[in-house]
Amino acid sequence: MAQILFYAFALFTLACAVGVVVNKNAVNAAMCLLLALVGVAGLFVQLDAYLLAFLLLLVYAGAVVALFLFIVMLLDTKDTASRGFRKVSTFASVFALGLLATGVSAFALRGRLTTPNPNLAAAVGTDLKHYAYQLFTTYLLPVQVIGFLLLIAMLGVIVLSKRWEGLDDIK
Amino acid sequence: MAVIPLERKPLTFAERTYLPQIASGLWTTFKHIFQPQVTLSYPEQRPAIPPGYRGVPTLVRDPNGREKCVSCQLCEFVCPPKAIRITPGEIPADQADRAHVEKAPQAFDIDMLRCIYCGLCQEVCPEEAIFLQNQYSLSGYTREEMVNHKDKLYELGGTLPDQHYKWDQKKTAAEHGNTH
Amino acid sequence: MFDFFFQLHPVIQGLAKGLAVIMVIFPLAGACSLAERKVSAWMQGRPGPNRAIVPWIAWIPFLGVFLQKLGVFHLMSDGGKLLFKEEPVPGHVNKFYFILAPALAIMPAFTTVAVVPFGAYFDAAGAAIPLVLANVDIGLLAVFAVSSLGIYSLILAGWASNSKYPFLGSIRASAQLISYELAMTMSVIPVFLWINAPGQPGTMSLAKAVEFQSLPGFWGGSWFIVLMPISALIFLISLFAETNRHPFDMAESESDLVGGFHTEYGAFKWSLFFVAEYSHMIIGSGVFVLLFLGGWNPLPWVPLSTAAQLLGITGLPLVVGVLSIVIFLAKVVAMIFFFMWVRWTVPRFRYDQIMKLGWQKLLPLSIANLLFYAIAIAVIQK
Repeated sequence: MAQILFYAFALFTLACAVGVVVNKNAVNAAMCLLLALVGVAGLFVQLDAYLLAFLLLLVYAGAVVALFLFIVMLLDTKDTASRGFRKVSTFASVFALGLLATGVSAFALRGRLTTPNPNLAAAVGTDLKHYAYQLFTTYLLPVQVIGFLLLIAMLGVIVLSKRWEGLDDIK
Repeated sequence: MAVIPLERKPLTFAERTYLPQIASGLWTTFKHIFQPQVTLSYPEQRPAIPPGYRGVPTLVRDPNGREKCVSCQLCEFVCPPKAIRITPGEIPADQADRAHVEKAPQAFDIDMLRCIYCGLCQEVCPEEAIFLQNQYSLSGYTREEMVNHKDKLYELGGTLPDQHYKWDQKKTAAEHGNTH
Repeated sequence: MFDFFFQLHPVIQGLAKGLAVIMVIFPLAGACSLAERKVSAWMQGRPGPNRAIVPWIAWIPFLGVFLQKLGVFHLMSDGGKLLFKEEPVPGHVNKFYFILAPALAIMPAFTTVAVVPFGAYFDAAGAAIPLVLANVDIGLLAVFAVSSLGIYSLILAGWASNSKYPFLGSIRASAQLISYELAMTMSVIPVFLWINAPGQPGTMSLAKAVEFQSLPGFWGGSWFIVLMPISALIFLISLFAETNRHPFDMAESESDLVGGFHTEYGAFKWSLFFVAEYSHMIIGSGVFVLLFLGGWNPLPWVPLSTAAQLLGITGLPLVVGVLSIVIFLAKVVAMIFFFMWVRWTVPRFRYDQIMKLGWQKLLPLSIANLLFYAIAIAVIQK
């Protein structure tokens, strides 16, 4: 039963992820992304990581994809749909594919995929307290770094969007 | 015009949170639940019609039961939307009580789909024969039903008190040899 | 008594529970729509809907007339009308998403019920056992997570309708819902800081929140609305915004956007949006009652167990369970009345006022509130 559910969720997630990439309609792509996230949440539930599953739904499915859709609706996507590949985008996509392939193969060769530790995953994902403890001890540096990155992005948005007339010294 | 400068006091902290205002507003709306209802349940309860109400135009009879309209066609002429159609007719000689009445309408139609309830017909009528009374609810399934014929108009109008008894006076005058 | 139920296959049990949820929430949401009409009428000095009656009930003296005046049968006639109406699908819409949107509105609204406890009884040892379909440890998080998916129905309905009023409505809705989610989440954290005392396993369970409001003593027995009034206030305001109720009805805004996101909808698809809105309201009220109004405890400082002792029904778990459900539902109904009451009291906000209130007032206030309680709890629990 668990095996079948795992494959079902995994296939569903993968199919939706492919849908995100190949869909020409931006709204369809965003909805595929939403379904892919729901699929991942299902996989988390299978690992007994309810907390992670619901956090994923709350943050990504509930807010981030909604913002994506919000932006997509504001864009006029009609004339960009039929444009062919440009040199830069071709290069970037090949580069990204290479990175992805390298990452996956490295991960596979080092044997992480063959020996997962379900106990650890369950312990981190199920219990709120344990999860928070891990976040503030073992993974404190990544959390801080990501927070700093987000802060920079936020500052950038403020700088770009605010009108600076009359504030010459900041320019 | 004198200008009265109003002194605006700065809002207190409680006022700036709006919460006391919302609370008093809630109290006001809550009180409304227990106040008497102001609506009428229409078909069962009818509104009181004030005097001078301009409802459906009707034809009236004098207290002797004679029709007052003499088909002068002034109302037909003045009617802005041309809702009134009158076919004038003579009064048969055998009706003794109407001997001195000049004329009477053969047909009197008011198209209520055209009528705008302006009351000019009542205003202009020299015989005080047409009145806009308190009838306000008029409906029908076809266009034909919405045309009020003479019978209907008299049925709606009924009899109103008369101050003048014009035709009676004329009759008396004629009997005393005064032809005019 | 109910042993046969627990011997059934888990899947059948789950299906039965799910069906029970739909059977309860759907009519309840319908009753809310009637209550909305009635309460609005009373506040405006009108009688409200009072015509529809089933003939053989009209024959009952007094009761028949009373039910007619109460407008109970308008619920049936409304439902029947909406069911048998023609389902118009305008030609210019994206059919797939247009039909999907109402279904998406319903699903999260009904799913969240599963984790909301609605009563409790006491076992032989005297421990409170909450009545809930799925007693998960992360109850509140699940409610937030699943109900946040409801936003897609608004966005997709507006986008698929392919006309300007729905579009504007859904844009407003999506921005508003995301804005107030933050303040809402922040405002409940103090409650769970208080519950999760050091040395205990962490929990986000709603039943646990009620348990902490039924402890003995002055501080233990007081409801969280007394202990944390600012939290309760922020949560309540955000709840109004999240459920798109007046004065935050930007998604619909009949006065300036015709009908907002559901302008192009008709018949049963339209009514599904309303059932979803009312079920969100019911669930939101339920969560507020559980977190801040003591859940199924009848009065502050009088927990359910004391009440059961006073009534002498401690030994009857079934009676206690029913009593707790009645108390909880009474509180939820009072909350729903409050929602409708506010609707006719507070005028609608302008859109920029809503954004300003959400981001510049409630969010900083909720963060300050969180900091204050974090420090206070650290000092008290040391």
